[in-house]
Amino acid sequence: MGIEGIGARVLRKEDKRFITGKGRYTDDHNAAGQHVAVFVRSPHAHAKIKGIDRAAAEKMPGIAAIFDGKQLTGDGIGNIICGWMVHSKDGSPMNMGAWSALATDTVRYVGDAVCVVIGETMAQARAAAEAVEIDYEVLPAVVSAVEAMKDGAPQLHPEAANNIIFDWEIGEGEATDTAIEGAAHTVSIDIRNNRLVPNPMEPRSALAEYDNAEEHFTLHTTSQNPHVARLVLSAFYQVAPENKLRVIAPDVGGGFGAKIYIYPEEIVCLWAARKAGVSAIKWTADRSEAFMTDAHGRDHVSTATMGFDENHKIVGFKIDTVANLGAYMSLFSSATPTYLYATLLSGQYNIPNIHANVKTVYTNTVPVDAYRGAGRPEATYLVERMMTVAARELGIDPVDLRRKNFITSFPHQTPVIMAYDAGDFNASLDAAMKESDYANFDKRRAESEANGKKRGIGMSCYIEACGIAPSAAVGSLGAGVGLWESAEVRVNPVGTVEILTGSHSHGQGHETTFAQLVTERFGLPKENVQVVHGDTDKVQFGMGTYGSRSGAVGMSAIEKALDKVEAKAKKIAAHMLEAAEGDIEIKDGEVLVKGTDKKLGWHEVCLGAYTGHNLPEDMEPGLKEGAFYDPTNFTFPAGCYICEVEVDPDTGITTIEQFVAADDFGRIINPMIVEGQVHGGLAQGIGQALMENAVYDDEGQLISASYMDYQMPRAEDLPDFQVSHQTTLCPGNPLGIKGCGEAGAIGSPPAVINAITDALGHEGITMPASPHNVWKAIHGGPNGTNDNNQFERHITDAAE
Amino acid sequence: MYETNYHRADSLADAASKIGEEGKYLSGGQTLLPTMKQRLAAPSDLIDLSKINGLSGIEVNGKSVKIGAMTTHAEVANHSGLRDACHAISEMGGWIGDPHVRHRGTIGGSIANNDPAADYPSAMLALNATIHTDQREIAADDFFTGMFDTALKEGEIVTAVSFTAPEKCGYEKFRNPASRYAMAGVFVAHHGDAVRVGVTGASSGGVYRPADMEEALSDNFSADALDGCSVDEGDMLSDIHGSAEYRAHLVKVMAKRAVAAAH
Repeated sequence: MGIEGIGARVLRKEDKRFITGKGRYTDDHNAAGQHVAVFVRSPHAHAKIKGIDRAAAEKMPGIAAIFDGKQLTGDGIGNIICGWMVHSKDGSPMNMGAWSALATDTVRYVGDAVCVVIGETMAQARAAAEAVEIDYEVLPAVVSAVEAMKDGAPQLHPEAANNIIFDWEIGEGEATDTAIEGAAHTVSIDIRNNRLVPNPMEPRSALAEYDNAEEHFTLHTTSQNPHVARLVLSAFYQVAPENKLRVIAPDVGGGFGAKIYIYPEEIVCLWAARKAGVSAIKWTADRSEAFMTDAHGRDHVSTATMGFDENHKIVGFKIDTVANLGAYMSLFSSATPTYLYATLLSGQYNIPNIHANVKTVYTNTVPVDAYRGAGRPEATYLVERMMTVAARELGIDPVDLRRKNFITSFPHQTPVIMAYDAGDFNASLDAAMKESDYANFDKRRAESEANGKKRGIGMSCYIEACGIAPSAAVGSLGAGVGLWESAEVRVNPVGTVEILTGSHSHGQGHETTFAQLVTERFGLPKENVQVVHGDTDKVQFGMGTYGSRSGAVGMSAIEKALDKVEAKAKKIAAHMLEAAEGDIEIKDGEVLVKGTDKKLGWHEVCLGAYTGHNLPEDMEPGLKEGAFYDPTNFTFPAGCYICEVEVDPDTGITTIEQFVAADDFGRIINPMIVEGQVHGGLAQGIGQALMENAVYDDEGQLISASYMDYQMPRAEDLPDFQVSHQTTLCPGNPLGIKGCGEAGAIGSPPAVINAITDALGHEGITMPASPHNVWKAIHGGPNGTNDNNQFERHITDAAE
Repeated sequence: MYETNYHRADSLADAASKIGEEGKYLSGGQTLLPTMKQRLAAPSDLIDLSKINGLSGIEVNGKSVKIGAMTTHAEVANHSGLRDACHAISEMGGWIGDPHVRHRGTIGGSIANNDPAADYPSAMLALNATIHTDQREIAADDFFTGMFDTALKEGEIVTAVSFTAPEKCGYEKFRNPASRYAMAGVFVAHHGDAVRVGVTGASSGGVYRPADMEEALSDNFSADALDGCSVDEGDMLSDIHGSAEYRAHLVKVMAKRAVAAAH
């Protein structure tokens, strides 16, 4: 590696503009004649729209137009759809209800958009929005998925009886039942995975421009995948043909999944810009709107049973999960609790029989979709809580139970689709135990006890699947799109390089790491490399960034394009230097003939490509190559996290004393950026475990709808993370990359809860382990948190 | 935010003349302005008190302390004379909000608003403080009359607070995990002849003095002396962050810690 090549801790090129406040986010963009959009939203979780009176509001100063859902559907704007078809186990397709970007006759969650007000200024549009009078007939609401499935529960969509969207299964049911029935030991747990609000720092925003002479739209928006946004807006919502719609996702301040989806606001702003006859409309969510309308994450309840033989080898694992999808099906909502969740239920373990049943359910809550980790945190929490609870019930060391069941040879086919390609689970476990001084934990526990505190240690050995792919495989499972990536490498006549990528950076540091590939390949300084992304007019196509796919898939496409550039450059150089092509070497910005002193500068070869004065016969001028890369498999990052906590029994406050992360991400391009990804992921995972919780009341009002009530992790809540890497290369892609963007959020929650339950001496705590919940668990015993805990109540009810 | 008329008052009389029926005084604005931005408050007029001379600053003469109403939390936290005289109120100032809030928010604004989760009201009660206004002096015991309610009349302006520094004092608070406001904040002050205790954040009636704790501590100023005291959960707030039972428990835990930390 060079000092700026693969494996180097290169400082981020993009940070100069971010740190100096020069980032250009969607809301920083403005257009001449721009109006603002304010949405009139439902204050009710479930209601019929009896009438809309906007006469007074329309006459208020500065108001260009007020539109409703009937006008939107009347203009042929299509319903918002879920892009992944999942079939129930009886073969029937999922029961998807209609979702109009502006509600037509029924509202189904608090925040559901009913009208849009287009005004010259924000103050004018807000005033008019308050003057729109909507006559609602309030209907009973349901917020719990388990409650929503019961007979007599409020019905959200006529298509979904008992609000069940699908009842899906994976694995062999009978074989798993038989294995568990014949097991020497069985262990059962109830698990709740708490609902989360994504909270990217930049709220969602859209600036829609319409050029009526060209009949052309331009949309600046906060998207993780602008090409997918254009495709969906065009093909499914009929906003504009693809060739008449340019989508730009400029600097985007965090996504975490919530900015994958195409939301009502983008659709409405585009449609309304033409309809209202204004040149441009901007909408930017305030923080309250973000809480009320960004797709939430998680919200599973599960019961699980694992069977063991007399030697503590796992013989079967059975899981029953209910997933709350909210009021409407968001873009990937069906895939998250199925193919991104149940396919990871084998964890790091050799499990011969697995069966999972997943029911997805409509409720009067914000739509739920993929959020950092997307299904894999839910699977990991289930598996890793199970392993620790089982070890305690079996009376053996949780480390020994894991080691005994680890998969140690690869490739390994699990019973739930996934074929793990490479890994060394013992290596990460060993590293984490050493780093955490696991052996001397008892000494530290004794010290805490002497101070009146309870100390616990817990671990999580996670595996996840990244680089979502291959296209043919996901297509056979119901995906509406291919999951490859594209790249183009343009070498300019002076030898500088532009990388055009279909990946999108919203905090991941692509402008640096992607440039490091060029540095590694040609020895050019990173300043000579420009990464271009996020604009459908510049980049031909791309699938965007989510599921930790930009390294494994996006960079692989760049590598393929670089292979082609290198090959052509060598042909040109061989011709110019009158040498054999096989003898040409590109190194440190020079093009050399091996074993001689003959050489050219890189820029001379590039200029030669563009002058065309002296090219090999039949060669086209220029030096620009593109590539599409479609992987052969998912990649499988894995690792071991160990968390040590101290609990204050007087207050219930949990302090994280140390957190050790030992990860196998395959090849690492920039260790500094990877560590940053791990730190951020751990903060989010610890946030889920201890703090974050989207709470609805029975009427469907979001109680934790601001930072006054929704606790985000702060720096002071977190320890100095101890991060290390144990590397096995991914055999499936040219760089051996596995991906690192979500691991921290996937692996950490069970480590935290396993540590707290170790401190408490019983399993009676669910996430978030807030001070109040921990205090109740201490003073109320194993069932101490149950009285105020929705989850246990629902499970009990469901069992009746 | 709805439209409002902004006035910068140059004297107390000028401020009082402009308040009208729907106006609001603006001190640090750390509660009022966010409330207005959320369109939950819509005063017709905002009368900014920040340019009125003499409302800001800290005077310490031996045991006698006077803090101007427009004194910020940061000034309370960082004034060495005040810290020497009454360290617990300085610590309290340093624990409020974040640096932005501490450099804008004021002691007068906090007590005039009497948010049930605000810190200063507990200190005023425990320190047996006097609240000075443009019209009169009010004993703290008479000033805080219930959640968001005070003895202030329409248009009356808090100008300062004063108190005699106690022999010992301590403040401990359990923070709301999300907002970091006090969920149970307890200020104890040992005045030689008597001990006074102020409790904020926990009670549905707002800030209060627990009589049994004061009695127990007057007899024996030690954390153990509170073992026999009980906090009635029937008086406590309850929400997603903590039940009434939990808050009642926390009041006692924080009281013991405040006594243990008192000096």
